[in-house]
Amino acid sequence: MLDTRNAGSVMIVGGGITGMQAALDLADSGYYVYLVERSGAIGGAMAQLDKTFPTNDCSM
Amino acid sequence: MTLSEVVAISGEAGNFRVTVKEHPRYVDVNKCIACGDCTAACPKQVDSEYDAATGRRKAIYVKYAQAVPLKYQIDADSCIRLKKPGACGFCERVCTAGAIDFDDTVKQHQVEVGAVVLAPGFEAFDPSTAGVWGYGRYPNVITSLQFERYLSASGPTEGHLIRPSDGREITKVAFLQCVGSRDENKCGNGYCSSVCCMYAIKEAVMAKDHVPGLRTSIFMMDMRTHGKDFDRYYQRAKEESGVRFVRCRVHGVEPEGDSGDLRIHYINEQGRQVEEYFDLVVLSVGLQIPGHVKKLSEIAGVKLTSDNFAATSDFTPVSTSKEGIFTCGAFAGPKDIPQSVLEGSAAAAAVADCLAPARGELAREKAYPEEREVGGEDPRIGIFVCHCGSNIAGVVDVEAVADYAQSLPGVVHVERNLFSCAQDTQDQMVQTIRDKGLNRVVVAACTPRTHEPLFRETLKSAGLNEYLVEMANIRNQNSWVHADDKKMATAKAKDLVRMGAAKVARQISLQPISVPITQKGLVVGGGIAGMTAALNLADQGFEVHLVEKTSGLGGNARYLGHTWSGEAIGDRARRMVDKVAGNENINLHTGFEVTTAEGFVGNFRTTIATRDGLTKTIEHGVGVVAIGGKALRPREYGYDRIPSVVTALEFDRLFKLKEQHALGAKSVVFIQCVGSREEGRMYCSKVCCTHSVQSAIELKQEDPGRMVYILYRDMRTYGQREALFKKARELGIIFINYDLHGKPVVSENGKQVTVEVWDHVLHRPLQIDADMVVLATAIVANPDAEKLNRLYKLSVDGDGFFQEAHAKLRPVDFATDGMFVAGLAHYPKPVEESVAQALAASARAATLLSRSQVSLDAVKAEPNLEYCDGCALCIDVCPYHAITLVEGSAGGGAPAEKKYISVNKAQCKGCGLCQGTCPKRGVAVQGFTMEQISAQIEAALAV
Repeated sequence: MLDTRNAGSVMIVGGGITGMQAALDLADSGYYVYLVERSGAIGGAMAQLDKTFPTNDCSM
Repeated sequence: MTLSEVVAISGEAGNFRVTVKEHPRYVDVNKCIACGDCTAACPKQVDSEYDAATGRRKAIYVKYAQAVPLKYQIDADSCIRLKKPGACGFCERVCTAGAIDFDDTVKQHQVEVGAVVLAPGFEAFDPSTAGVWGYGRYPNVITSLQFERYLSASGPTEGHLIRPSDGREITKVAFLQCVGSRDENKCGNGYCSSVCCMYAIKEAVMAKDHVPGLRTSIFMMDMRTHGKDFDRYYQRAKEESGVRFVRCRVHGVEPEGDSGDLRIHYINEQGRQVEEYFDLVVLSVGLQIPGHVKKLSEIAGVKLTSDNFAATSDFTPVSTSKEGIFTCGAFAGPKDIPQSVLEGSAAAAAVADCLAPARGELAREKAYPEEREVGGEDPRIGIFVCHCGSNIAGVVDVEAVADYAQSLPGVVHVERNLFSCAQDTQDQMVQTIRDKGLNRVVVAACTPRTHEPLFRETLKSAGLNEYLVEMANIRNQNSWVHADDKKMATAKAKDLVRMGAAKVARQISLQPISVPITQKGLVVGGGIAGMTAALNLADQGFEVHLVEKTSGLGGNARYLGHTWSGEAIGDRARRMVDKVAGNENINLHTGFEVTTAEGFVGNFRTTIATRDGLTKTIEHGVGVVAIGGKALRPREYGYDRIPSVVTALEFDRLFKLKEQHALGAKSVVFIQCVGSREEGRMYCSKVCCTHSVQSAIELKQEDPGRMVYILYRDMRTYGQREALFKKARELGIIFINYDLHGKPVVSENGKQVTVEVWDHVLHRPLQIDADMVVLATAIVANPDAEKLNRLYKLSVDGDGFFQEAHAKLRPVDFATDGMFVAGLAHYPKPVEESVAQALAASARAATLLSRSQVSLDAVKAEPNLEYCDGCALCIDVCPYHAITLVEGSAGGGAPAEKKYISVNKAQCKGCGLCQGTCPKRGVAVQGFTMEQISAQIEAALAV
């Protein structure tokens, strides 16, 4: 049986593009989210990129 | 929680206790206003991690200009003061906010959560560990990440491509692929990193844009451009941009004297050894799991694969080996941005499945004071002029602007702020609005794109309607672009403030529109993707209607054997079918097709019908389209004419049934890219390389004496599938590369078939006598896509696959709100990617279904029935199909029996095209009425 004492909350470890997406979707669906990021700011590797393939969109 | 890492996890699914260690920032985030004075004063410079060591940063710094949170931090390893108490401390002295805290310490937090998602990402392979590429020794050998920073306008050279050694503009650059990937000797990473081929092409194309005439060469073994629209990009790079591709792995880089140039040896397509010089060499470094992530996986107790990625099942691609702990992104295998974003959503779906009973228990809604009615009042405008540190105040005479603002009509309060967006300033603004009884606000600062939501919040907190604020952009559109003319910039700032005040004086309170949501989902298509989405939504507690055109569930899974990692597809699919049938939240409609559809997000009404004309109508709030794809029926290589030429799916069946012809074959030839990657179907079908390699391994293992050949164009066993390719080579399966202009020729030869192909290694034609020829046929789109496209206003690309809202950031959303896509209907993909996408679609759908109503922005078109004469011009220009023509009495004193327009507020995005098109002022966008815009223009001209 699932112990649900703290089941309304979720921890996401990593604030890159995938962690942010998971955090947003869970928060938007009614869960309390803790987003833990190792560095000083979220954004991850994508924030380092100039453009992205195949559309050449700016990655910021 | 930034600067934080997980150091311990205890407990189990539903009730984890996580210990988080927060490292000191030495800057108080509540006080820091990110003015940058500290960085300017800091004397210590070190390499910038963000710029991949191509640029420098200070010991006190912000990770990058757009960082969230935009708060400075001190790097304790390089800070002079932190290493030697009493020394330096310049930052503390210049910080007007008093945010520097050298006594900050490590903090431990205990957090109790129901589930944990691990999304720790990857690190780029460090090529200095192997000496052969000269990285770290020759300055003009750089990594692809460094090249990315050189290309970036925010990079160390602001986008100018110069050589690190001497600053000369580059003229000839080589990209070396598979550095740190597909290589067990030099780095131990046997897998393919999946993304480097595409980023190298992109960097080459971008570089040619930056430097006209630049010569770019990409040295590769296989071009792995297997994603959606990737092959087209590759073709364009080759044909339009002139990027050169050389099929050869380069094993070393040597310097050419002390010129800074670099020498590369390679074997060209004619088999000759060639020596070529380049002035820059870019190493396309692979992705790998960093040491701290391996540690994290130990802490979490999750299993890793031999490549150190999180181990998952292909049918639960975001679940780790430990219940309640999930994974997404590159942690579970190298992948690109859309696949990572999609997995983020998929992990959310898997978490929601696990924690559904507790949804909403801990989520908090922010509370606001009651809104004050300001309708009857004269405007009492407050103007807040922001210095933005020195961003604005360094150019614009803000004091003069504030003095001037005082003289404008309706203005009762003016003040200046160092940073209007800082938290303490916000609190103060709320107080000022209350104390002075303001009922309109102008913030003269930066752009509404990023900051209007913040100031709307400020108004709400002060008890004012959030739409009673106007921003005058005196930074981006003024101080930044007129830095050389301070006098004119100040005059323009006054103009912008005057215009803002004129507009906001005529602004009325607007109420956000809320639309009720039918909390039910519709899933179209009962294959793996459709069933996965339906089951996940149902397990989250939502009612789902699953519509399948044929008489049974399972889709293409019924014809497939194994996933790449060897999991039996048939068994899992059958279990899924049973689960769907037994799930009380799922209404299954097999043998039904969608015939009509109407409505919009939250409120769709779809009619489905059987062939016999039996119809049902379904009301639903969201829809997931998962109608799958099909295998192409080939028209070449003698298929249909020669009995021993079969498709891959046919061969699988024959082999499984132990049919004599297949089992007795002593020589089998696989031909790849049958119908894929050629004119008319310029895309890669993504699964066929892996499928053929798996079949070939099975054939060879069953009978090692059997000759097995795979004729391929590029072997695309991406990611950890590369291990299969390696195994196949070790088993003695023969791989022969052919190109599009030299396709193999198949002819009947008695009982056997002869396959003729040009051998690029031997440089002569090769004839293979085969007992069976297996064609790896393309996956083509389901023709029903066109129909659904019309019914729900979705979009379909040139290949017939559905087009997602954004290739990178919204990979499962349609541009039409409330509709989502999953599986082969979107693009060819293997089972685990279909499952992940279906979970993602379900998560995205659940963000809507979990609420009883959706709140929409109040800036919408509003018809003025007094002026609208029903000419319908606006209907044609509306890109969102939000306007309809209505006939009859509009009520409210309008003449009876006339034509007029009606706007569906849920579909309207407030773009204003209707207002611009209307010749009669019959429609206006709230917040941008003609009266407001005229007042703004008059104010602009009134100098």
